[in-house]
Amino acid sequence: MPLKIITLAKQVPDTANITGDAMKPDGTVNRAALPAITNPEDLNALEEALKIKETFGATITTITLGPPGAVKTLKEALYRGANDAILITDPKFAASDTLATSYALKCAVEKIGKFDLILCGRQAIDGDTAQVGPQLAQKLNINQLSNIIEIIQVSAKNITVKRMIDGGTEVVKTALPALLTIITEANEPRSPSIKRVMLYKNIACKNSDAYDETYLDSAEKAEKKVCTHIKQWNADDIKAELKRCGLSGSPTKVKKIENVVLTARNTRAISNAENEIGALIHELVSEHIIG
Amino acid sequence: MNNHSILVFIEQNDSILADVSLELICKARALADQLKTNVSAIAIGHDLKSQLNALGHYGCDQVYYVSDKRLKHYTTFPYAKIVTTLIKKYTPQIVLFGATVNGRDLAPRVASELQCGLTADCTDLQIGDYQLKDQHWENILLQIRPAFGGNIIATIVSPESSPSMATVREGVMKMIVPNTQKTAQIIEETMELTAHDFPAEIIEVVREAKTINLKAAKIIVAAGMGVTTQESLMLIKELAKTLNAELGCSRPVADAGLLNKEHQVGQTGTTVRPNLYIACGISGQLQHLAGMNESKRIIAINTDANAPIFKVAHYGIVGDINDVIPKMIKAYKFNK
Repeated sequence: MPLKIITLAKQVPDTANITGDAMKPDGTVNRAALPAITNPEDLNALEEALKIKETFGATITTITLGPPGAVKTLKEALYRGANDAILITDPKFAASDTLATSYALKCAVEKIGKFDLILCGRQAIDGDTAQVGPQLAQKLNINQLSNIIEIIQVSAKNITVKRMIDGGTEVVKTALPALLTIITEANEPRSPSIKRVMLYKNIACKNSDAYDETYLDSAEKAEKKVCTHIKQWNADDIKAELKRCGLSGSPTKVKKIENVVLTARNTRAISNAENEIGALIHELVSEHIIG
Repeated sequence: MNNHSILVFIEQNDSILADVSLELICKARALADQLKTNVSAIAIGHDLKSQLNALGHYGCDQVYYVSDKRLKHYTTFPYAKIVTTLIKKYTPQIVLFGATVNGRDLAPRVASELQCGLTADCTDLQIGDYQLKDQHWENILLQIRPAFGGNIIATIVSPESSPSMATVREGVMKMIVPNTQKTAQIIEETMELTAHDFPAEIIEVVREAKTINLKAAKIIVAAGMGVTTQESLMLIKELAKTLNAELGCSRPVADAGLLNKEHQVGQTGTTVRPNLYIACGISGQLQHLAGMNESKRIIAINTDANAPIFKVAHYGIVGDINDVIPKMIKAYKFNK
């Protein structure tokens, strides 16, 4: 029996590549100018799912929680080999902290039904909390193994993985179903397949400008029962209790946000001349800064 | 027993208490004095008891200790069950975990079960007030952390959450000098654990001796993207070796795989405050500057006179590192 795998993906602003264009004149980050990408470690998680699909056999459902535009992230998953994609979107989920996010994801996973494995990135590059994976596992009452660098062995009943821990690694085996969080060092995510891009780029979903391109219903599509549309679920669809969603379901509140502003020092200019550098080193040695 | 204490989860690896746990006891002590409450701790493991006295020396009042040979190594399920049970029993107002791999595995699981607020990877904790419309809270935990790739600092509160929980980055809270006169009361807790509580089996643990310790380094020589050739990297290493310094780097250098992540300095890497920081070919992204700005002295070497690194530097040298560094090495050898 192939495994039923759910992968989680988050669309995030590309915080790792903040260029001049994304800086406002006051030196702060203009978030709107940052391109939206799939959270990098979520692609590592998808890659592990695809490897299991190729070696052991699996069907992969990718879900994302986000604004309608996050459908782009789901397409990225379909392009790489996911079988199915679900967008969970509702203004009621806005301003969710990790607790409310994991609750909404739990409701969505329960609607999907039976699964063997959930794979997600360790953390998203916008918040860097690494909390949603473990919190989702708790809510589903399944075991979690975080910080995974390698999946060593998979069977229908259990999985053996290598975790990166502080100062080393550990090999752990756990029963399925389980949730794994994958780190960037685990693999090099594959690029989208051109064939799959052609197949899915105009996939129907409520919020895209997709139009009916029935000629894309190739023989392959008919034969393999490929995903024909991206499902879209709101809070009612997944039977989420409203008080546990969005702001009201989020115990953490942001009191304030400050831009990192460092006060400039009176920098002493040292010329790139041997005598000046020599004098600086001499000074530091005599002050016992270096010795 | 409703004690409203500040509770610290004590992490142990191979039965050795983690530094971050001791750092957190010190910080908890300071916060508890402000709030006029106790510092308590949860320790889980096997044969740990002799180690736990040290917690008192750093200011802990009570230690709740669960011992079982199956708990020697951390696994999520039983640890989460024990911590959750003890939090329910003792109702602390604040719970702190080290933001280590296992601390960040455990804390969210516990917070999810208790449905309380949790802030990840804090770099500072304070006590303060919070106002939301006409509601006002006093003396609550302010959880301060970098976000958005280190470009902003957010202050997070969990005003209605009981307890408020946070994971705290290693090395940011200062350890006090232990006072061996002070002791903690060690309370052994019994916990019913069945085979169902152990779904994971640890097959192998491999620990490598740490080859680098940026936090403790007195001098750091750090490489940025201005150091892209093997030759210039060799020069940086030579300078580090000459000065008996640790080797650091900026995030792009680690991302590009030129140096191991362990070398990465900044809000997204290790926060450092050495006596001397020599930034070689580092332009100075905010998140990097925020992670080294407290160094006692900073020397910046960069070909671009407008690089932001010069704003925080005490000494700025505009020049090519391949040209500057040999002069520094020569001068140092001459002075010695």
